[in-house]
Amino acid sequence: MAEGSKDQGGTGTSEPEEDSPNMIVYRKMEDIVTRIQDEKAGGVAIRTVKSFLSKIPSVVSGTDIVQWLMKNLAIEDPAEAIHLGSLIAAHGYIFPINDHVLTLKDDGTLYRFQSPYFWPSNCWEPENTDYAIYLCKRTMQNKARLELADYEAENLARLQRAFARKWEFIFMQAEAQVKIDRKKDKAERKILDSQERAFWDVHRPVPGCVNTTEMDIRKCRREKNPHRVKKSVYGVPDDGQSQPSPVHISSQPARKPTKEDVQKEITFLNTQLDRHCMKVSKVADSLMTYTEQFMEYDPFASVVEPSNPWVSDDTTFWDVETSRDPSQQRVKKWGFSLEEALRDPAGQDQFLKFLESEFSSENLRFWLAVQDLKRRPFHEVPPRAQEIWQEFLAEGAPSSINLDSHSYERTSQNLKDPGRYSFEDAQDHIFQLMKSDSYARFLRSNIYQDLLLARKKQPADTEQGRRTSLEKFTRSVVSHLELGLFISQKPHWLHHYQWLFFAVITILHSFVAF
Amino acid sequence: MCDQTFLAATFGPCDNCSKASPLMNIYLKNEPINYCSFCVEMMACQGLQKGETLTSLKKESETLKKKLEEERGKLTDVELHQVAEKVEAVAALSIKTRRVLKGHGNKVLCMDWCKDKRRLVSSSQDGKVIVWDGFTLNKEHGVTLPCTWVMACAYAPSGCAVACGGLDNKCSVVPLSLDRTENLAAKKKSVAMHTNYVSGCSFTNSDMQLLTSSGDGTCALWDVESGQLLQSFHGHTADVLSLDLAPSETGNTFVSGGCDMKANVWDMRSGQNIQSFESHESDINCVKYYPSGDAFASASDDATCRFYDLRADREVAVYQKDSIIFGASSVDFSLSGRLLFAGYNDYTINVWDVLKGNRVSVLFGHENRISRLRVSPDGTALCSASWDNTLRIWA
Repeated sequence: MAEGSKDQGGTGTSEPEEDSPNMIVYRKMEDIVTRIQDEKAGGVAIRTVKSFLSKIPSVVSGTDIVQWLMKNLAIEDPAEAIHLGSLIAAHGYIFPINDHVLTLKDDGTLYRFQSPYFWPSNCWEPENTDYAIYLCKRTMQNKARLELADYEAENLARLQRAFARKWEFIFMQAEAQVKIDRKKDKAERKILDSQERAFWDVHRPVPGCVNTTEMDIRKCRREKNPHRVKKSVYGVPDDGQSQPSPVHISSQPARKPTKEDVQKEITFLNTQLDRHCMKVSKVADSLMTYTEQFMEYDPFASVVEPSNPWVSDDTTFWDVETSRDPSQQRVKKWGFSLEEALRDPAGQDQFLKFLESEFSSENLRFWLAVQDLKRRPFHEVPPRAQEIWQEFLAEGAPSSINLDSHSYERTSQNLKDPGRYSFEDAQDHIFQLMKSDSYARFLRSNIYQDLLLARKKQPADTEQGRRTSLEKFTRSVVSHLELGLFISQKPHWLHHYQWLFFAVITILHSFVAF
Repeated sequence: MCDQTFLAATFGPCDNCSKASPLMNIYLKNEPINYCSFCVEMMACQGLQKGETLTSLKKESETLKKKLEEERGKLTDVELHQVAEKVEAVAALSIKTRRVLKGHGNKVLCMDWCKDKRRLVSSSQDGKVIVWDGFTLNKEHGVTLPCTWVMACAYAPSGCAVACGGLDNKCSVVPLSLDRTENLAAKKKSVAMHTNYVSGCSFTNSDMQLLTSSGDGTCALWDVESGQLLQSFHGHTADVLSLDLAPSETGNTFVSGGCDMKANVWDMRSGQNIQSFESHESDINCVKYYPSGDAFASASDDATCRFYDLRADREVAVYQKDSIIFGASSVDFSLSGRLLFAGYNDYTINVWDVLKGNRVSVLFGHENRISRLRVSPDGTALCSASWDNTLRIWA
């Protein structure tokens, strides 16, 4: 259970801004860094490290952070802990003291924690004037550790050109900042300088690094500062020339629900209460059965024959799928449900062929026609609907289907104002009919069984051409018995009569073969 | 007699008509209400009806919600992961990046597979829509839209067109031409018109109908040829961020998820909201049906993914971990529905065992947020689109 979220989500009285997506993540990260820093509660030891001639105050090693994350967030893989730690760094909550690039390393590299003043949850959107002041200030201080990196020097040059007219003002602000900083204690300054630098590393990242302040435009409307009243890092008053953000679209004020809204909700809830639902145990069984059935077809769960094209760069698997001869595995799927059979164009073809052999193809043809109707452009629907009526349902229709009187009435009513769903009732009825009747027979038919058992067709030959339907019948009975022998739970009495069946069939078979 | 001169103690949205105006603070049956003067007049003229105030209706609604929760609770005789204990664990996965599609100049926001299992379309923040042959990495078509943030794109079932939309509040259909030199943007046709950004789009079973979701809180079904609105779906109280059509050949439903933390199931024929699920603690970024159509999964900014069953009418699983604190942006199932792939804002893809509820694998590789991921139509690969300007195909 993510502890942070419990606090945020549970309280119904929290401000809407607090629940905005960015805030949720910030609060979670803040919770983590607060816990890491709390030594008494199992956090890491933050100490001063001696180095050469100076002391480095208030630091932690990367390894310590990684270890803490693994222990306290139940992470087994150090790579994951490093990844999470790097993200926390990229958002500016921790930073390496000697690098502009904000990542976490699982070694002795030293890290410091960001001051809450600079946390991203304060919705900083620092202006370029502030950045210019910062870079300018850095050049005024004669410290090796504050020297500008290449990209910073480039940025400064660019800003000097952009702010040419205001540069005097910026220079003055920078000087003022330097004066303020000088008054602070040495160790404190080291810490503050590093924190300030880390702040800018987040808002003006090293080229090539992810800018974690970028936002999903869809969520921007609910930011804490929708009117973008900017506060300056260095107390520079907003001169009114700041550009309005193209990103903050004026949001619709959250509508309070009206009486109609609540009445609709009540009606909806009452309908839901009347709904008959299944128990979770039944539903779970159903989900498990479905998944189990399809696992062998799932390339992520089973081996693909001959190989997964993406892995081997060999497209045989796809070529086989599009070929006219469906594989046994694919044919087996048609047996799962009528829906699966119809979903596969080859399955649809075979089912149609079977129905034609039984002279009952009008049902499937009607079903297919209605599916097609639903896919037509709007203006083609009414004439097509009439055509379907004439073909399948009208008196004396050439491919008359059998509908119960209720559905028939409904459908003929619908046809007065024909639309894409005019035949829904009829289609449902016909589908159920096919499912309970023809489909079951289809699965037992030769057409299907031949494909399922991959029985090769016999070559044409004059002698064998005289094969009669009796021959075919005996063949199918033999194959069913062969199948039957492998069914584990056959009725115990069958055993006694099996030899008799075999004897009869063998005699018939040899008789016909002459 | 002028009754407009009263002492207005507060100003704000009226409890009855929601318009912002000076409010009269009066008492109805000892309940304080704030109505604007017009509504007070109306009410006085119509006489008070028992139990009809907004507050009492709200109370009724709350009572019903509690009752519904109780009723559903009675059917939760066991947890899904408990029943799934008897199922074998998934074999260790060795999923790797097999292709990296480079070519977008900015964040890739959306992608969709073609039914031919190898082509795909992707759209990005800089307005570019690219059609790729994922297998050969060949860019087959490119269109530049005049707007930025193309957040939605979809491949037509025939493979002959793509739909795309975003900040322009529209969703357009672009027919794909075999002639590579032809300017596709010229043939672009606006189909959907919303009053806010288009967050998602999907063709129904044909090239002729397009379903869209929008930041204006609605979903809509459009006739592509005429651009006519066939049906609109109202019910969400905030931006709708995602939609998915039920996989059934005979079904006429779809599910949508939005910033109001709700996932709603809709009947395409009537426009009615059939079922609603509210258990996330923040925006729902993505919804996707389980392959059988009996359930669906959702990804949210609360860093969890959840699994809802339509027959039980409730959440049946939550996929979360202490170490996952960033929002999930996109989900999709493997072909059998056993695995749930989820892309997160922490640049990773987590693979969950849908039945047992544990995480099976984590895929690293992207260098910025995952905006969208989709399993290919035959289940052989997973494609992820990211803010790092690339798409990756995993298998």
